[in-house]
Amino acid sequence: MTGPRVGVYVCHCGTNIAGVVDVAAVRDWALERLGPHGVVVARDYPFMCSSLGQELIEKDIAELGLDRVVVAACSPHMHERTFRGACGRAGLNPYLCELVSIREQVSWVHTDRDAATRKAEAVVAGGVLRVREQVPLEPLRVPIAPATLVIGGGIAGISAALELADAGYPVHLVERQPSIGGHMAQFDKTFPTLDCAACILTPRMVDAGMHPNITLHTWSEVVDVSGHVGAFSVRILHRPRYVDTDLCTGCGICEEKCPAKVVDPVFESGIGYRKGIYRPFPQAVPKYPVLDPEHCIYFERGTCRACEKLCPTGAIDFEQQPEEVTVEVGNIVLATGFEPFDARRVEAYGYGRYPNVFTSLEFERMSNAAGPTGGRIVLRDGQTEPRSVAIVHCVGSRDRNFNPYCSAICCMQSLKVAHLVREHTEATVYELYIDMRTPGKGFDEFYQRVQDEGTHLIRGRVAEITDVLRLPDEAGEDGRLIVQVEDTLAGRQRRIPVDMVVLSVGLEPPSDAREMARRLGITCSSDGWVIERHPKLDPVATMTDGVFAAGCALGPRDIPSSVANGAAAAARILGRISQGELALEPIRASVDEARCSGCRICNDLCPFGAISFERGRGTEVDPALCQGCGVCIAACPAGAISGTGFSDAQILAQIEGLLFPGTIHPEAGLDAVVAGSATTPEPEAVPA
Amino acid sequence: MTATLPTAGRTSPTEAAVPFEPVIIGFTCNWCSYRAADLAGTARIKYPPNVRLIRLMCSGRLDPAFVLKAFAAGADAVVMTGCWPEDCHYRVQNVKALRRFELLRRVLTDLGIEPARFQRVYASAAEGQQLADAFTRIVADVRALGPLDWRVDLADPAAAADEPVDGHEPAGTPEAPAPPEPAAVTA
Repeated sequence: MTGPRVGVYVCHCGTNIAGVVDVAAVRDWALERLGPHGVVVARDYPFMCSSLGQELIEKDIAELGLDRVVVAACSPHMHERTFRGACGRAGLNPYLCELVSIREQVSWVHTDRDAATRKAEAVVAGGVLRVREQVPLEPLRVPIAPATLVIGGGIAGISAALELADAGYPVHLVERQPSIGGHMAQFDKTFPTLDCAACILTPRMVDAGMHPNITLHTWSEVVDVSGHVGAFSVRILHRPRYVDTDLCTGCGICEEKCPAKVVDPVFESGIGYRKGIYRPFPQAVPKYPVLDPEHCIYFERGTCRACEKLCPTGAIDFEQQPEEVTVEVGNIVLATGFEPFDARRVEAYGYGRYPNVFTSLEFERMSNAAGPTGGRIVLRDGQTEPRSVAIVHCVGSRDRNFNPYCSAICCMQSLKVAHLVREHTEATVYELYIDMRTPGKGFDEFYQRVQDEGTHLIRGRVAEITDVLRLPDEAGEDGRLIVQVEDTLAGRQRRIPVDMVVLSVGLEPPSDAREMARRLGITCSSDGWVIERHPKLDPVATMTDGVFAAGCALGPRDIPSSVANGAAAAARILGRISQGELALEPIRASVDEARCSGCRICNDLCPFGAISFERGRGTEVDPALCQGCGVCIAACPAGAISGTGFSDAQILAQIEGLLFPGTIHPEAGLDAVVAGSATTPEPEAVPA
Repeated sequence: MTATLPTAGRTSPTEAAVPFEPVIIGFTCNWCSYRAADLAGTARIKYPPNVRLIRLMCSGRLDPAFVLKAFAAGADAVVMTGCWPEDCHYRVQNVKALRRFELLRRVLTDLGIEPARFQRVYASAAEGQQLADAFTRIVADVRALGPLDWRVDLADPAAAADEPVDGHEPAGTPEAPAPPEPAAVTA
């Protein structure tokens, strides 16, 4: 056999491709013009990815002796594996198959049929010329570390950690707060079942805290991640607690005796207090307190040390320093959750100016029996029960000025607030909503229930919350808040006097989400949420192999979804760990000793330390460390480094194919003009 | 050989019958801009069909030879796309690509290739719209510049010999040939 024998398969994708691209013309063009380049068969088929489409390829490999395959269909990120599989089944090395995109890059983005068809031809030519230069490859097999890093100890992270640990594999669970539990630990009830959040969460927290396979790193930060799937090396910074956890029994005497009392902006959302040494809440896991040096009297003035004097086990250690540990893990789950939208940003709603405008998270703490008011719903004075409450939806969400997206949980959470207000007080409750979104099991039933309880539902976005009385009938409402809203169902403006306003704040990514994403080599959407590998079919994987995401790190979602995400990420990881080794894409650099001059330019260009040089032994690339970016290949002045899968020959050939004569404007290319027959086949010579 | 040369390419504005359609080679990064291109497709965002893409693992893989090859093979412009400076999948490799880009652009300018023919675009995997917008803009830029006609000089040594030795621009080439109405770009 002389030269490669290439088969070209053009997919219609129903009308997705065929509706814009003349697939038959592309097929004929490929056979005619690319015949001299080894194309021996070209076919089109309605759905190449169907089993019949794949069998077409398998049959041609067997019967026509194809040794290269080009499929012109969707993005390689969609079906590359499918067609490689078909080739593999027919005995052809899977890497000798090239999938070129004429859907995402042609038919879906262009409208002119002629231009799109011409571009599709060029794209096919690029694929054919490129695949000719491809060589058979084998996936790289690397060992996989059994441990997993879970970043974020909220319900998503806890769920992932427990699934992995229960299966018998070690987990490092990192949480930046003193306790795991996340936002869920702050909540009072959960919609729509009204389960007590703590009652269902704390057993999970205890399980995670006691599990022999889970190492908790609370009050800690992930500062650096290096390595790759199967072998990540992670540096974790333990901030000083100023408490020796080996000695502390969690008795709580230090907290009780600490004379420093400060507002707790984190767990109590700023409506309650904590001590200078504290546990955020009684069920905290781990049980050890944290000393806050910014509010510790000893750290401020040099005297006090009450906690140290009174600690029965001598566990207080004012000399504690930050400590860094390094753990080796095979996979990572990012479950860093969300931050509530800062309601101060919507100035018209007066949060921060009017004391009786609260956020939904403040309400959660207030409504919580373990919270600062012991579960009493009261105004900011801490005593007066409100006679009327307005709940404002979509604060910071569905608003071009802030976040365009829907925060998903706020409608149900607002309805829950309405229910709880009605349960705890005699107040009249108004819900001010744009659209009521209750898609979920039992959600709409809950909505009906809240309506039946007598909550006033007013459809309209709140324009302003003010204490300025403007209309004559507002006389006598001194000191109350007026909610100005257009009631879009009644078709009129309303000014509703209330005692209390609860702003249902939206969810935002943590302020350092992008920094963390960078550390992990993953990408975020413009809103800052982690981008999934595929939004539908791979919703907990990220673009980076070995890095998964769960819970609100991916976008706003409720507790059941976060739990399911955590378990899903764990299942994905377990599937890999249990195999003991990983098959990686063999896209790697390698050095041709004979051409290497030893200049060492490449050494410093590799951020993964994969390239080493030793006198006498020359330059070597460690395939386990190499990530295949190809920077060294492009930089090598001697052309001594080559890269599998993306070699110079392949890319240069693809460039030539993409500019194939006849697919560009009439001047053709330099090669065509100057070199004549070098790249342009004589039309007469084309075999039928 | 030169007898068949379409020298008219140089004076394309006078050949108003067929508007000049440039061909542009775009290099994409597997992790960001290629996925942005996929996203543009999935979202059915339209851009002119003049751009043809090549997938690399990283913009840092872009060997200057690829750019020169693309120009030599008939491209009117080359676009290097990649991750935003601090978002590189390979940590910092796109910065190395940026260094190379700046240097290469200077060399290309010295060779008489206008800077607008070698452009750089950042696009994260979420920025399908931004990528499509950039392609639309670049196609308009290059359409306004007209065809890259250095191949005429190279193919015809006699014509090239007429050029002043240090004159990078072929004599008579206008700064920018009268651009066709940009309104047609997004059609």
